[in-house]
Amino acid sequence: MEDNPFDKHPGGRPEDGSRRSFMKQAGGIVGLALAPPFMAQAERLTAFSKTVAGVSTMQLKVNGTVRTIQAEPRVTLLDALREHLHLTGTKKGCDHGQCGACTVHVNGRRIVSCLTLSVMNQGKDITTIEGLAPGNQLHPLQVAFIQHDAFQCGYCTSGQIMSGVACVREGHATTDHQAREWMSGNICRCGAYPNILAAVREVAGQSTKG
Amino acid sequence: MNNFTYTPTNSAKEATRLRRETPAATYVAGATTLLDMMKVNLVEYPQLIDINELPLRGIEQTREGLRIGAMERMSDVGEHPVVVQQYPAVSESLLLAASAQLRNMASIGGNLLQRTRCGYFRDGAFPCNKRVPGSGCPAQQGDHHGLAILGTSTACLAQTYPGDLSVALAALDAVITLENAKGKQRRVPVTSFYLLPGQTPDRENILEPGELIVAVTIPAAPHAQRSTYLKVRERTSYAYALASAAVGLEVQGGTIRSARVALGGVGTIPWRSPEAEKILTGAPATDDTFRVAAAAALRGAQPREHNGYKVALAQNTLVRALQKVATP
Repeated sequence: MEDNPFDKHPGGRPEDGSRRSFMKQAGGIVGLALAPPFMAQAERLTAFSKTVAGVSTMQLKVNGTVRTIQAEPRVTLLDALREHLHLTGTKKGCDHGQCGACTVHVNGRRIVSCLTLSVMNQGKDITTIEGLAPGNQLHPLQVAFIQHDAFQCGYCTSGQIMSGVACVREGHATTDHQAREWMSGNICRCGAYPNILAAVREVAGQSTKG
Repeated sequence: MNNFTYTPTNSAKEATRLRRETPAATYVAGATTLLDMMKVNLVEYPQLIDINELPLRGIEQTREGLRIGAMERMSDVGEHPVVVQQYPAVSESLLLAASAQLRNMASIGGNLLQRTRCGYFRDGAFPCNKRVPGSGCPAQQGDHHGLAILGTSTACLAQTYPGDLSVALAALDAVITLENAKGKQRRVPVTSFYLLPGQTPDRENILEPGELIVAVTIPAAPHAQRSTYLKVRERTSYAYALASAAVGLEVQGGTIRSARVALGGVGTIPWRSPEAEKILTGAPATDDTFRVAAAAALRGAQPREHNGYKVALAQNTLVRALQKVATP
């Protein structure tokens, strides 16, 4: 958490407001969302028909802060997060989109960061496990994972939580059966599934009431 | 993964021009299939042309039916109210495919072009006629328990299209709109889009070099509204189909007025079954009819040593799907 960009750059979101619902959930950073209106950043950051070759400057907006990296076009979003931005909360499992360990949110939607390129995600809002809640606070699903003992080795956990937060928000965790189906892209080889399900369902119940 | 250059585009004209300039380049949309294969060096491209910002979006009712832009994402189409209500087989085929994360990434156009899951194709250490024409097909004598039983050849047993969406689209007479480098568009039924392997399994579809998929259109019909997609897998979720069935029925007073049947997981291409449809049309909507239709659909099957189970599995899958839509 010492790498939390919100602490380093208080109020320092250089561009764009956000309509992302995670902002609403993460109460501590709501103030940061009061910024200039949204513009098509992709057009600003990556000119159309301009070819990117070799090591190039890329700008990624991660957890509310625009960060600059030097990387080749072939660098995946996952490797950009882990190797260039040192946000190692996002895990590399299979690196082929089969395990869900690298799940992050892009423009509020859950995706696997191993099967998309960093260069393709410029100008988008990227949220990793590090940015799910401000500072040392925990997101309600993180609290529920602890309470329900929803992990053993912990390797799949950040992906499970990122996927679970999106699953609840999508409204796809209203029954056990539905939550299992819509969480099936996240594999847990320790077999903590019953406890993961309990954590996700508990938070889904809270959000229904709230 | 080889190094490559990356060029984002925002018009079909520009995208096809770039492809003409560098014929070895490829288009990229959701990237899920492409990067998966590039990471293990199954395919190499010197340039990726990003077509995500092309104006190929929209899910809209037209005179020809529901038109879905090629850059729409699987998740958005699968949960679109019109798709859910009027084309349930299409919605179900999308939402039973892949995972929630991949469905948020993968485009409709890219879905139609996903590549086979045959283990011999996916492992560069093996010969494979699809990957290296003329090198051989180890699946013939090797492990083919998951591979096709319809439309196979001595050169290939693989499902050229291993997914779900095209099976539902094939059943419901969907048409793909393509655009070439000259800006000229043509329309191809999904049932004519994929090529049987024959002796050239490397030729998978009728796309010309550089041609873009711009949209898919599904005609409205009573049998489309009363349709379903049933998928049977080795595990309950997040797996490819061993067998699947997309069916649509129009039933009046217990008699089937029109029927649409396509099978997935068992054919080398999405397997429309005119044989089954012929038996169903005009017949009473009963289990007996469904059994006879299912037998007809699989009559041409050529199972090998390890995939004989697929004949009964596909028949039962089809019967169950028909039962589901017959009872409102």
